Parts: sequence; C-alpha cells; structure tokens
Amino acid sequence: METKLMKGNEALAEAAIQAGCDAYFGYPITPQSEVLEYLALEMPKHGRIVLQAESEVASINMVYGAAGAGFRSMTSSSSPGISLMQEGISYIAGAELPCLIVNVNRAGPGLGTIQPGQGDYFQSTKGGGHGDYRLIVLAPSSVQEMADFVFLGFDLADKYRNPVLILSDGAIGQMMEKVTFGKFKPKKIDKPWATTGKTKDRERNYITSLHIQPEKLEIHNRKLVAKYEEIKKNEVRFEEIHTEDAEYIIVAYGLCARICHKAINIAREKGIKVGMLRPITLFPYPSERLHELAETAKSMLTVELNAGQMVEDVRLAVNGKVPVEFYGRMGGMLPNPEEIVEKLENLIHNNHAI
Amino acid sequence: MQSEEHLLVDEQLITVKDPDTGKETDTVLTDIEVPAKPRCLDDEYEMVYHKPKTMVDVSMHYCPGCAHSQFHKLIMEAVDELGIQEQTIGVAPVGCAVFAYDYMNIDMSEAAHGRATATATGIKRLMPDKYVFTYQGDGDLAAIGTAETIHTINRGENIAIFFMNNAVYGMTSGQMAPTSLVGMKTTTSPTGRNVADYGFPIKVSELIAQLPGAFYVTRQAMHNPTAVRKAKKAILNAFKYQKLHKGTCFVEVIGNCPSNWKLTPVEANKFIDESMVKTFPLGDIKLPSTEDLKLLEQEK
Repeated sequence: METKLMKGNEALAEAAIQAGCDAYFGYPITPQSEVLEYLALEMPKHGRIVLQAESEVASINMVYGAAGAGFRSMTSSSSPGISLMQEGISYIAGAELPCLIVNVNRAGPGLGTIQPGQGDYFQSTKGGGHGDYRLIVLAPSSVQEMADFVFLGFDLADKYRNPVLILSDGAIGQMMEKVTFGKFKPKKIDKPWATTGKTKDRERNYITSLHIQPEKLEIHNRKLVAKYEEIKKNEVRFEEIHTEDAEYIIVAYGLCARICHKAINIAREKGIKVGMLRPITLFPYPSERLHELAETAKSMLTVELNAGQMVEDVRLAVNGKVPVEFYGRMGGMLPNPEEIVEKLENLIHNNHAI
Repeated sequence: MQSEEHLLVDEQLITVKDPDTGKETDTVLTDIEVPAKPRCLDDEYEMVYHKPKTMVDVSMHYCPGCAHSQFHKLIMEAVDELGIQEQTIGVAPVGCAVFAYDYMNIDMSEAAHGRATATATGIKRLMPDKYVFTYQGDGDLAAIGTAETIHTINRGENIAIFFMNNAVYGMTSGQMAPTSLVGMKTTTSPTGRNVADYGFPIKVSELIAQLPGAFYVTRQAMHNPTAVRKAKKAILNAFKYQKLHKGTCFVEVIGNCPSNWKLTPVEANKFIDESMVKTFPLGDIKLPSTEDLKLLEQEK
C-alpha cells in the first residue's frame, strides 16, 4: 500500500496504469488535460500505448478499435469533448465493447466555463448519443474514488461488455488529496470475440453495431435491455450517511455530496435529523433504496450543480410518497453548506413538517 | 471455345397445379438436362481461376457491374497469396462497403462514418505486427473523415488504406461526393456540380502524398483487365510494405457506380476511361525509395 498526495486527474491516470490499461487515447481540454499529460509520460515506461488524437471524435474511435481488439482501453475528456464523442460511444455500446470513458464535468451549455458542473447527468445516465443504450456510470466524490473507480470501471466494463463512464467534475479532477494505491489488482479476462486475427480454429470475429434487418436489430435491442436489467440487479452502489434516524434525506452525488455532508453536520448540531443518500452508480440508480427511505422520511432534498436533473430520478424512485425538493447552483458556482442548511430549514418550514 | 454452360438456355415458365391442394406454383421448364457435376470439374478442363479462399461464399449485395465486388476480391486474393489471413484485420466503412465483413473471411471491425482510420489506428497501435487495412469510399474518407484521414497518414500509421473513389455517395443512392466531377449530375447536384458552390473535386492522393507519413501512394482503376492487374499489384504492395513500419500505404481505386451514374456497366467503364481519369490521372504518386525496397527484400 502506498499513499500519495495527488490531483484527482493524476490519481485517475496512475490508477489506469495500475489497472492494466493497455491504451489511452485523448485530446486536451480543461479541466482534465492532466490525465493525458500524466499518461504521455508514464504509459511508455510500462510499454503501453498513449496517443494524443486529432480530436475527441478520433480518440473515441481509436478506443473503439483497440477495445474491439480486446485491449483495456480508455479516454477522458470534459463536457464539450464528451459531446463530440457521443456518436462513438453509441457505436461502442451497440457493438458491446468494454472500455472506460472519463468525463471531468465542467459547466455548460456550449463552451460554458472550465469550473465544475453536473450538467451532464442526463447525457451520462440516459444514453447520451443516438439509439437505446446505457452506460454504467460511476460518480467519484474524492480523489481516492477517482483512483478506485478506474479499477472498478474496467472490471465492470469487461464483465458486461459495456462502456463505463466515470462522471467526475472540475473540482474533484483538480483538487489534491491523499490517495492510497495497492488495494486492487487488475482482473483481466479472456475476450474470445476480439478482432485479433482469424485463426484456423475459429470463425471470423467482427465488431459491428449494424443489424440491417429490423427483426435482428430488435433481438439485439432486447439482449441489451436484458443486460441493463442484469446490471441494475447486481451493480447498484451508494453510500448512506446518518440515514438511520433521518426525517429528511438529502440526495447528492460527487462534489455536491461532500458539500452536503458538511451541511448535514451543521444541521444535526441544530437538531435537524437529516441524512444523505449518495448514489455512487448513477446508472444503475439506487431507486429501490430511495423508495425504502421514503417510507420513513418526511421529505427529500436533491442538491446538484445544475438546473435539476437527477431530481427527476429521485422523484421517479419516491413515486410521490414524500415531497422531493431541489436546490442547485449553476455556471460553475458551488453552494456553501450554510446555503444548503437554509434551504433545508425553508423546506421544513414550508412543508409544516416540524 | 465456349462451353455449353454459357449457352443461353431456352426457358419456359409454366404454372403447375397440385392435384391434391389445388395450389398453383410457377416452375421453369428447360429442355436441357443440367449435369450433376459442373463441366469445369472434368479432368479434361484445367482450373485456371477460382475465388479467393478468404472470400466468404455468399452472394453479394452489390449492384451488377459494380467495382466494389472486384475490389474486395483483389484484396482477398492478396491476403491469400501472402498467406496472412490469420494476421489481417480489416476495417469496414459506412457506405456501400458497410457489409464488407460479410464477404471477407478475416477479423473485421465496422467503423462509424469517416472514422475508419482512427479505428484502424487503435487496432494497429496495439498489434503493430498485424496487417491492418481500412476500406473506405469517397464520402467516408474525403468528406466526413478528412481530419482522420490526414492525421492518420501524417502520423504515418503503418496501415493500408484502400480508397474506392466512384465520385458519388453510393449507399444513400447517388448524392454528390467531394470527388464528383465538375458538371457531374447527381441527386444533390441535379444540374451538375458547379465550382462556384462546391469547388473542385478533391484529389486526395495528390494531397496526402505531400505528408511525410505517406509511404506509398498510388491511384489505380479496375475498368479493364490491365487496370485490374495493376490494381492487384498495388494492393499487394500496400500489404507487403506494412512490414517495413515506414508509414501509410494508400491505394486509391477509381471505381464505377453504374446504378448511380445511370449507365450500364460497360458504359460506366467507358466513362472512367473518357472522363474520370482526366480529373484523376492513374499511376503511382509516391513510391518507396530503392533502399526501402532493399530492406523489404532482406525482411524476406
């Protein structure tokens, strides 16, 4: 075990090497360029492939090629770059290739700003590109998780033959924290479907998302849906803080969850029984657990760095059992804990809940 | 000598009624008995040609007379002759050749429109000793994929790019391509491509030959037997040169598209001779140096 002080982006990059990433393809964009910079120096030392592509469009298609050949492949970018990758991600999901994509989310829309945001929640969790597909989405809220989720992400990608997205943000990517390595080992598996050259003992392999006959495409669609159901069954991950006796539940992920944790401590000192559910997987979503929590909670507050995206999933999970309110900051601005406590107090007052 | 199989058979379509069910079916009546075994397998015949072994034995979706099927076949012949089926990975484009993997009995990856060379880069970088090629049309390679094409070649990726230039978007049924000739009528240039609006056809081979990463650049055609033989040689070279790891091999083939040119296959081939090659002159544009060719000899 080795503990280091590292930036989130660097920790993620180091984890990629330790998780046996064979190839990284990327394009510079703030606030995630450190990933490419770190790997440009370190990957060749391990005999791995690193390549700065001519665009995000090219990067994701290089990932497609390398992943199709059976190698652990990844790319990273930030919001505008991830938008450019959507076509390729759709093809990867359609062709069922395992790979890791990292979005260090910045605020938008358009060029927006380089400050942190969570405005890509819809894009990340509802498909993002064209067609019916889902990514497995992991939301780290610390530098340690930036590293840990790389191992988890590659393993889940291989297990389900599905692209995995780490949805981070500009703050988690840029901040420095302690990070410990050595907890996980890469679990590489055989990929007999890969395009490594047709040997005599097998039929040719081909990677494609094309199924021109509607009857066959629907069979493929159903297979994908069945896989997503399997993922929903097995891979939901979340963290709970003070939910045992909570009358109010805050739901927040990533950077927001850290700010909310502090807000909960302040509110508890004031005697408000508040807890938090922090989704770690945004797809699959911890809907079932939220539904259970709605049995005992009086109301819920979703806090996000956007105009209200995840709150829709919370409302779907709770299904009208308790009121679900939303508080968000945008444009790269962050709420402070006191602001959240105030919002919580207003909510309690307005709902006559005390 | 013309064999009997090639004689036209007198056919007669008749309707046969099933006495039990009363159902009527159409049947062809011929007065020639079809031999159980093809005559070409008789000892007195010598086998002078067969399909490449690495072609999958299915009928193709290509239109009659289309150059794609010929181009596929030449590539697979090259794979056969070099004995590299196990080491070859192909990348198919979006366009008419989107189903290339249905016909080529090698590992293949389908790529998004224009991204074939990026996909091939991903494959080749991870497996530098394999033979990797892309097969792309003019819309794919010279319009939507221009950035990928230029940067892949500029990096000198050790892949072969097989570029089918038929001056038209075939799969989407005949729209104007970046390589459409000046004045050429297509569904999106109904009065003919005009330079004021769309500029001149892009000469990709000449353009990319300027890049130091391009190792071998040639433009061939397949509209007559001599051209086919030359194209085949160029394809073989593009595979062989990959062993040198010296850069990208680019083989442009001027192909016909009878359906979208609204010409018969014979007329289409004539059009290549009379019009296409005036804009796209055939021949080698960039060749390996003598030293490089010596290296290749040593490799053997």
